[in-house]
Amino acid sequence: MTDVTELTLAAARAALVKREISAVELARAQIAALEAARVLNCYISETPEQALAAAASSDARLKRGEARPLEGIPLGIKDLYCTKGVKTTAGSRILENFVPTYESTVTANLWRDGAVMLGKLNLDEFAMGSSNETSYFGPVISPWRRPGSNVKLVPGGSSGGSAAAVAARLCYGATATDTGGSIRQPAAFTGTVGIKPTYGRCSRWGIVAFASSLDQAGPIARSVCDAAILLRSMAGHDPRDSTSVDRPVPDYMAAVGTSVRGKVIGIPKEYRLDGMPPEIDKLWGEGVSWLKAAGAKIVEISLPHTRYALPAYYIVAPAEASSNLARYDGVRYGLRVPGKDIIDLYEKTRAAGFGKEVRRRIMIGTYVLSAGYYDAYYVRAQKIRTLIKRDFEAAFAAGVDAILTPATPSAAFGLGEKGSADPVEMYLNDVFTVTVNMAGLPGISVPAGRSAEGLPLALQLIGRAFDEETLFGLASAIEQSAPKIEPPSKWWT
Amino acid sequence: MPVDQAIVRRIAHLARIELAADEVAHLACELNAILAFVEELGAVDVEGVEPMTSVMPMRMKERADVVTEGNIADAIVANAPATEDHYFIVPKVVE
Repeated sequence: MTDVTELTLAAARAALVKREISAVELARAQIAALEAARVLNCYISETPEQALAAAASSDARLKRGEARPLEGIPLGIKDLYCTKGVKTTAGSRILENFVPTYESTVTANLWRDGAVMLGKLNLDEFAMGSSNETSYFGPVISPWRRPGSNVKLVPGGSSGGSAAAVAARLCYGATATDTGGSIRQPAAFTGTVGIKPTYGRCSRWGIVAFASSLDQAGPIARSVCDAAILLRSMAGHDPRDSTSVDRPVPDYMAAVGTSVRGKVIGIPKEYRLDGMPPEIDKLWGEGVSWLKAAGAKIVEISLPHTRYALPAYYIVAPAEASSNLARYDGVRYGLRVPGKDIIDLYEKTRAAGFGKEVRRRIMIGTYVLSAGYYDAYYVRAQKIRTLIKRDFEAAFAAGVDAILTPATPSAAFGLGEKGSADPVEMYLNDVFTVTVNMAGLPGISVPAGRSAEGLPLALQLIGRAFDEETLFGLASAIEQSAPKIEPPSKWWT
Repeated sequence: MPVDQAIVRRIAHLARIELAADEVAHLACELNAILAFVEELGAVDVEGVEPMTSVMPMRMKERADVVTEGNIADAIVANAPATEDHYFIVPKVVE
């Protein structure tokens, strides 16, 4: 076999079951690949010994014919998921030396199904960012470059390490999380597939919290089929997360490649933004033609409160973050900077432990929740959230099965290019993705073409609550129709 | 500009984040930029709209009122910067 790191997860799984390759060989190949790609800064922690030990026990099971669904598949884990005995930093100095004594439910589900951990993936600090530039451990460098250029590009964020590692073939798939677009935007920037499932589909237990009513776990993968395989293992009810939903997890893979004939696809006119680059508009039009050619019915719809989603998000998310991050006090875990009294200890610890963007969001959140402003900002934003959700409900009630939009307003940009003067410039990256979190719906980002500069572009499909299967079916139709995006050349080796 | 330097200092104290003197003016600008961005929400008619409190309509599950995970004091203090006999150590709080 040639380079095994080029296989999809589905193909690697088939090769393992047929015993054409061993899990240890697969793990060794991935470890070599990620060690040769340290310049990309994808992994904060590498766990090669653990990976090889897990792979050896997977080989024993494969030999006995007792393979579990992800037996022997090496994965990368976003460093927001607590992993027992393995440092979990959330990309922050305040958790630089935090070693959980427990395992997150989603990662425990992956190990239950036989997956192998390669290491912990870089991210924006506490998942706050759209470019992976806010990580205390330095930015992730995208494996993608503009042709003929060596300008360093961002992989998107906050799951930038996850997306870059999957695109650069440094793992067969990765876990990620999405609060406003943190799975779908980096997937779009790197030519990978990312799905944010319905709120409540995956347990949030053991995942470092950012904004609890918006956070949701999901995979980033090399193909729609790979994403379906991973989500099936990650999802499921967990008594330890009261917002996780107790309903059976379907076999998502069975939905991949199913006919989309007769499906009704809504095209929301409010997503046609002023000043949207023509290539994004063109890509969207191509998506419409592919689905139409596959037998879907296209209808124009209206989601009138769309424009308020991003501003409302920048009240709700910081408010919840300021509350969630109150736990980092220098007393129970994490960094501690001594002070003359307990208040001084808190203030010095949090000033030193949190980066600029995190401090900014905690401050905004504290402001909008403070006495006299709570109703004007927070309660109003939560009412607008109800209106955003109603818009979607009306579209689905009128017979729409899924909604097609662009995933991002542009292709990947260079390091340091955005947000240095005005934080809002960076926030606009999430304009197409954030509505989905506000309404708790599932959304998938699927590669669909290339920008004029040769960089990946993607489309987003939004579905009814708990109807990820329709999204996998439609996304695979787009994957079949779109020009194939070859992985980036390995300039780092 | 809704946020001046005095408000920045007050919020920072509420959030328990120490600010360097040279950060205050800059932070006031940034916070005002974000607040200007969210200002248009004031134009939305939210009369009679319930604020969202649960993303998915579902009944909160109840569980038996019993200890599920106990006797793990070692694990609980394992990452603490300063401990003694399973207590977290902090500077003197009560004189």
